[in-house]
Amino acid sequence: MVDITPADAVPAAEVPEMELYHPHSWWTKYIFSQDAKVIAIQYSATATAIGMVALVLSWLMRLQLGFPGTFDFITPEAYYQFITMHGMIMVVYLLTALFLGGFGNYLIPLMVGARDMVFPYVNMLSYWIYLLAVVVLVSSFFAPGGPTGAGWTLYPPQAIMTGTPGGQDWGIILMLVSLILFIIGFTMGGLNYVVTVLQARTRGMTLMRLPLTVWGIFTATVMALLAFPALFVACVMMLFDRALGTSFFMPAIVEMGEQLQHGGGSPILFQHLFWFFGHPEVYIVALPAFGIVSDLISTHARKNIFGYRMMVWAIVGIGALSFVVWAHHMYVSGMHPYFGFFFATTTLIIAVPTAIKVYNWVLTLWRGDIHLTIPMLFALAFIVTFVNGGLTGLFLGNVVVDVPLSDTMFVVAHFHMVMGVAPILVIFGAIYHWYPKVTGRMLNETLGQFHFWVTFLGAYLIFFPMHYLGLVGLPRRYAELTDMTIMTESAHHLNSFISIMAFIVGFAQIVFLFNLIWSIRHGREAGGNPWRATTLEWQTSETPPAHGNFGKDLPIVYRWAYDYSVPGAKEDFIPQNVPGSFGTYKEPA
Amino acid sequence: MAVALVLVLIVVGSVLFHLLSPWWWTPIASNWGYIDNTISITFWITGVVFAAVVLFMAYCVFRFRHREGNRAAYEPENKRLESWLTIVTAVGVTALLVPGLFVWSQFVNVPSDATVVEVVGQQWQWSFRLPGKDGKLGRSDTREVTADNPLGVIAGDPNGQDDVVVEAADLHLPVGKPVKMLLRSIDVLHDFYVPEFRAKMDMIPGSVTYFWFTPTKTGTFQVLCAELCGQGHPLMNGIVIVDTEQDYVAWLDQQQTFAQLSAPQQTGSAQQAPGKATASALKVAAKLETVGSR
Repeated sequence: MVDITPADAVPAAEVPEMELYHPHSWWTKYIFSQDAKVIAIQYSATATAIGMVALVLSWLMRLQLGFPGTFDFITPEAYYQFITMHGMIMVVYLLTALFLGGFGNYLIPLMVGARDMVFPYVNMLSYWIYLLAVVVLVSSFFAPGGPTGAGWTLYPPQAIMTGTPGGQDWGIILMLVSLILFIIGFTMGGLNYVVTVLQARTRGMTLMRLPLTVWGIFTATVMALLAFPALFVACVMMLFDRALGTSFFMPAIVEMGEQLQHGGGSPILFQHLFWFFGHPEVYIVALPAFGIVSDLISTHARKNIFGYRMMVWAIVGIGALSFVVWAHHMYVSGMHPYFGFFFATTTLIIAVPTAIKVYNWVLTLWRGDIHLTIPMLFALAFIVTFVNGGLTGLFLGNVVVDVPLSDTMFVVAHFHMVMGVAPILVIFGAIYHWYPKVTGRMLNETLGQFHFWVTFLGAYLIFFPMHYLGLVGLPRRYAELTDMTIMTESAHHLNSFISIMAFIVGFAQIVFLFNLIWSIRHGREAGGNPWRATTLEWQTSETPPAHGNFGKDLPIVYRWAYDYSVPGAKEDFIPQNVPGSFGTYKEPA
Repeated sequence: MAVALVLVLIVVGSVLFHLLSPWWWTPIASNWGYIDNTISITFWITGVVFAAVVLFMAYCVFRFRHREGNRAAYEPENKRLESWLTIVTAVGVTALLVPGLFVWSQFVNVPSDATVVEVVGQQWQWSFRLPGKDGKLGRSDTREVTADNPLGVIAGDPNGQDDVVVEAADLHLPVGKPVKMLLRSIDVLHDFYVPEFRAKMDMIPGSVTYFWFTPTKTGTFQVLCAELCGQGHPLMNGIVIVDTEQDYVAWLDQQQTFAQLSAPQQTGSAQQAPGKATASALKVAAKLETVGSR
């Protein structure tokens, strides 16, 4: 805590004021908008809509698992189509799109003190290509043969063979085309986020004064720009295998007693490409959540985030390490077993920076002034589920422990807890937190309490016991769990219980959607800064912020984002754009 | 208050669930008790961490909840505390990793006295091949697969003539002898998985993968496929019977060799080609029916 003079604190802006595109009509203002905030809402609405499809799909598969043989329309074929589309939608089209396209677009320019993204036109294209990718994805439900049922990992050879739903029909082709489009659209947005953070920060906003939300989204975007190309080429190559008869991933194969024309390809090459994307993808979802939850905890505990610098380095370190752990998804894939030593070691090393983040979150609570608002409740729930899911990662990351647990329900429980439930709880907390900035009104508190408790406890009751089904040895991706000697009567009951909880938790999301819509008109008026937060998005002259974000003059930043409860200050928060030598934690030069 | 209480209840509930749950691993029937031990160590360490973190949170929520006039402390960093936590975490992680890697090196290094059994996966059934008197398996190639040679054994390889071929039937293994499972597929990915043996490994068309284990209990065990292999995936069951030495030898004597199987009946597989797509779709349906009825 060293006093510094404002002159030191305000270096020159890195770019001059930018010329904004001014919309001339309703169409260019709200539909083909180049305003990052409108694009953010378009991204979020589309992601939520397709997310509801994924929710319904999860209900359908839980119907089958919880009450096998009761619902004739859920054939094994349909079941595999449900799990495939559920997984792909949740990971790519919901979580990635919502965190980066939604929160990234809304928060980056506001939080770094920029008028907009640096390439607004490309940013607009990014959304429309994403929408096209979603439309192609949805169209596969109506194509002959239905969507692909290859599992969200799309492993060849089965993904493009007859025994898999959609393998020799349109399903797999539409899936691959949709992913290719998604990656093109994402790249356009991603370049924007990165360049905006690096080049368009306002005067005084040094990198080490960025809110952790921006650090999380920024690092995740850099990772996505490096990881998605691997998926891109894998998709193109598999499309060639399927449509043109090439053999990138196809060795000599017999299909239902008949020799196919393929030969010489490597199925396991696809797995390496897929997981070179797929593991960073976990952190592409997790890092924005890490960043956002840090800001939620700090703001609502009225206390600076503990160990800011360590938090930044942990985010960057996790991002870098996550590129050398991908094959821990492949311990039993048949790759050379000695890889196991390397990847188990890197995987367990990544637990250290991750644990540091957890410590710093709970140490931020220590000696805080904790307001149990809805965003804070979701942040606490995130820590519980993330710690739980992260710790089961130590089972699966430790190569030999993974051997019995791999491909069982333990894996399903683990990744849902850690990259499904935990990040989504952050998304909810973030929506309750920033909704007042987006709409000018608060979300309804009572509905919010209901939504929180049902979602948190319900999701925990779904996924915590599910680990134990995996411990029994029950495999994942079984359309029926009935025909097994290890399947007991009590395990059936547990499955039914999990299914019932899934319906209840799903129902709570409908209440949440109602709240979102209802509060636009009927919510309590929020004012500009209802949470009394320090970051720049709360200091705009208008709420919701107008096009250009900050009125006539851009804010000038004098301090880090976490001057809460500074000794001697009158209020328990000092916004980043307030000058003065109070508190101002001295960040490294 | 209520929130702190719920957090405590989550810890207590999770621990009780763990202790009282009827859902636990199956009684082990192989030498891989080490793996179970490693899982137990992991449960202990992670369980303590989970309880500690969540209970600490519960305490903070209770002790530092907002009351009128409260003000948070201002403490941006605490280098000493942060270093200590980093070191303790690194030690804990090492305690998990080192025994894990030790067991892994046992898992991947096959003892020299292990006998060899080949498992061949195809949609959606298991077949097996054992070396004959010469102790060697003949070479194989997916290109050689026909109706009469379902495993694609190369007919010109003399080592293959006495190989015992078990097509779509039960596998028998002698108890107490280490066995190296060579895994092969002729169509898509599969994974040979017997929960009681703890070990599993994917099979990849075009490659031969492996794992090894020593069966320690006689009895009948179900084989499951643990890698999604198309719509018949959950039906892809098989049976491994672990025998005493005598029973095993008796079973082995009744099996046919590759030479016996491929010698006499050269009946044609000369029905063909009413449009490829429909033909294979019909075959999928037929295959599912035969697999399902077993």
